[in-house]
Amino acid sequence: MSRKNRNVSSESLDISTAQLAFIRRHVLRTRRIRIYQIVILIGFISLWEVTAHYGILNSFVFSSPSRVMKTIISMGASGQLFYHTGITLLETLVSFFLVNFLGIAVAVILWWNYSLSKVLEPYLIVLNSLPKSALAPVFIVWLGNNVKTIIVAAVSVAVFGTIINLYNDFKSVEEDRIKLIHTLGGNKRDVLFRVIIPSNIPSIISQMKVNIGLSLVGVVIGEFLAAKAGLGYLIIYGSQVFTCVYILVLFRLPLSIYLCLNRLIEI
Amino acid sequence: MSELLKIDHISYSYHSLEGETPALFDVSFNVMDGEFLGIVGPSGCGKSTLLSLIAGLLSPSCGSIYINGKDIKSSGKNIGYMLQKDHLLDWRNTLKNVTLGLEIQHKLTDNSYVQINDLLNTYGLITFKNSYPSELSGGMRQRVALIRTLLLEPDILLLDEPFSALDYQTRLEVADDIWGIIRKEKKTAILITHDISEAISMADRVIVLSSRPGTVKKTFDINLSIENRTPFAARSAPEFKDYFNMIWKELNHNEQKE
Ligand SMILES: Nc1ncnc2c1ncn2[C@@H]1O[C@H](COP(=O)(O)OP(=O)(O)O)[C@@H](O)[C@H]1O
Ligand SMILES: [Mg+2]
Repeated sequence: MSRKNRNVSSESLDISTAQLAFIRRHVLRTRRIRIYQIVILIGFISLWEVTAHYGILNSFVFSSPSRVMKTIISMGASGQLFYHTGITLLETLVSFFLVNFLGIAVAVILWWNYSLSKVLEPYLIVLNSLPKSALAPVFIVWLGNNVKTIIVAAVSVAVFGTIINLYNDFKSVEEDRIKLIHTLGGNKRDVLFRVIIPSNIPSIISQMKVNIGLSLVGVVIGEFLAAKAGLGYLIIYGSQVFTCVYILVLFRLPLSIYLCLNRLIEI
Repeated sequence: MSELLKIDHISYSYHSLEGETPALFDVSFNVMDGEFLGIVGPSGCGKSTLLSLIAGLLSPSCGSIYINGKDIKSSGKNIGYMLQKDHLLDWRNTLKNVTLGLEIQHKLTDNSYVQINDLLNTYGLITFKNSYPSELSGGMRQRVALIRTLLLEPDILLLDEPFSALDYQTRLEVADDIWGIIRKEKKTAILITHDISEAISMADRVIVLSSRPGTVKKTFDINLSIENRTPFAARSAPEFKDYFNMIWKELNHNEQKE
């Protein structure tokens, strides 16, 4: 035991030259990766601008970086951009929380009740394999042309997969860990709260990461069809706006939400 | 020594759609207060099943189990059960792992922390109080698991091949450790193992089970002529080899009949 302690302290005090060299190599490699990433991005944008400028690329369909920039600036100035981004963000967050809440709650209920899980299993699999974007028109007829439809569409994209994945993770907890709780005098509730949930925190978090993307896609699909505002609505709104917003949706929004969530998880 | 545990003609079968698996058949034996009982048997003969029955996790198909003359369900006695692996929860540190049982039974008080500190101190774990299981050696993990069980103040301690996950050298050390702790806390213990030497070195009495469905083949009282007995010292007792041969024959005989 004492030997282990000494090892730890010697590691943190004097760093050998080999260790320094290793760290230096690591830093260099990280920097090189970053540089390549930036070069690819700049290259892509320049190529796009040049080909659009000389008419190689149909600039009506594909627009061009400079025009995208102009649109962003003018939309930003009029406050329109923030408004629509905000709407989509809000709808995404609401769907995201609903998906996670429903997913975890239903997975727990299915884990708790074996017969119920067997009864519902085929239905869940069918619902999960349905093309959810094709259901959106059904939701419009059912719920009307409003935000409710968008949220329901987004939730339907992610919720069934979440339930199935989490339920399977819950079920695959080692049998002996459950036995341990029973040997310590615990009941099913103790098993749930002291073993099943805590041992599945990593899988819940990785499911949440997947759900951010899925909720966003679901919301945008919903907005294509049923919205009066939001990025999905903008994409439909005009071909000029099309490319610009497409980029925003694809890169900026999920990226910032991912970063926010990662920050949250690290705390 | 008075009789603490009485296993009275119990049988147990597992049921599945493929059929019935008789795991134990007509098993009877007694355990005295303060005794260290070893049970050996071929793998799959129902040893773990027997402990689950004593711990009340399963109910016997026939027969009864009594503690102090009362049926096990109504005796109100605590039974400590150590599983084959330590099963420390890796998201809890040593202290939180040790308190798991107390938390579940709502018995965690300020007083328990005094007792926990004492135990961690005595068994060389105090500096690892805030360490996570992955930072502990196999032997330390086993001791944490034992303290977790001991804190519930069990009247009987059930040990299901507690050393089988350890390498040979650690195994000898940990056997000494755990045996010392159990003796010091004056606990009655039942140790399951398929390692004959381990059973002889630790137990006062060894019961040999037949292969499945398990039933009591023979009982050996272990009397070793050494002073200051520890499991390790016991291995060099002159009688050790004789016991080993007798038990080995009994187990082997049993296999041939199969
Ligand atoms: N849950 C179960 N369902 C069906 N059969 C089981 C179950 N658990 C154990 N068995 C069978 O019962 C027998 C005894 O098991 P066990 O008590 O674990 O043996 P041991 O601990 O002696 O190796 C084995 O043959 C095993 O296959
Ligand atoms: Mg076993």
